[in-house]
Amino acid sequence: MSVVILPEAFNPWQLLEDYQQKISELNGKYGATAVFVGTMRDFNEGDNVSQMFLEYYPGMTEKHLEKICTQATADYGLLESLVVHRVGEINPNDPIVLVAVWTAHRKQAFEACREIMEDLKSRAPFWKKEQLNTGKNRWVEKNTKGY
Amino acid sequence: MGIAVKFFASMRDLMGDDRELDAQIVQQHNIKTVDDIWNYCVEGKERPANVLVAVNMDYVDGTTLVKDGDEVAFFPPVTGG
Repeated sequence: MSVVILPEAFNPWQLLEDYQQKISELNGKYGATAVFVGTMRDFNEGDNVSQMFLEYYPGMTEKHLEKICTQATADYGLLESLVVHRVGEINPNDPIVLVAVWTAHRKQAFEACREIMEDLKSRAPFWKKEQLNTGKNRWVEKNTKGY
Repeated sequence: MGIAVKFFASMRDLMGDDRELDAQIVQQHNIKTVDDIWNYCVEGKERPANVLVAVNMDYVDGTTLVKDGDEVAFFPPVTGG
């Protein structure tokens, strides 16, 4: 299980490949890998967004993400999990979040990946501040529902 | 040691900088719970229902007891991912 908070841009596919090599002792044990990548849009609530600042609560954010992954491991029998989340200044098209899980079967992989993502969206302490093309800044007040 | 009070995101814009309530303040103002801390910091203004609270980095509600050395955080609904 690994939780990473990153203050700089990342390539989720490269991280995924690196991590999968790191867990090569599981080769042959997992039959499913489910992956979610969230990327910054250049629009929100009818406005054009030019940049975003992502704030977090150092210590609590990592602690909460680890708790989510531990719970998912118990509930779905995860063999491995990886959560990576950007913070700081983010530009449109930058990946924001990567969630990946490895399980024996696809059902658990799909469900666990989604549950981790939904819990992250609704409970993990991150906050987005958008900069609009008009020059105005605003805090994002709520996430869209995932279900 | 006292109690550290932190505000994040739009709550910091509203409430200002983080605070450190020393033991004397805690005693003088009879601060026992998270709600007491809120009331001390905002001078009695009601806490909006959507404001989230954590003590020592775990989610709690307003009735949670606080003690010397705790870290209490108030923040708006989260918007990560």
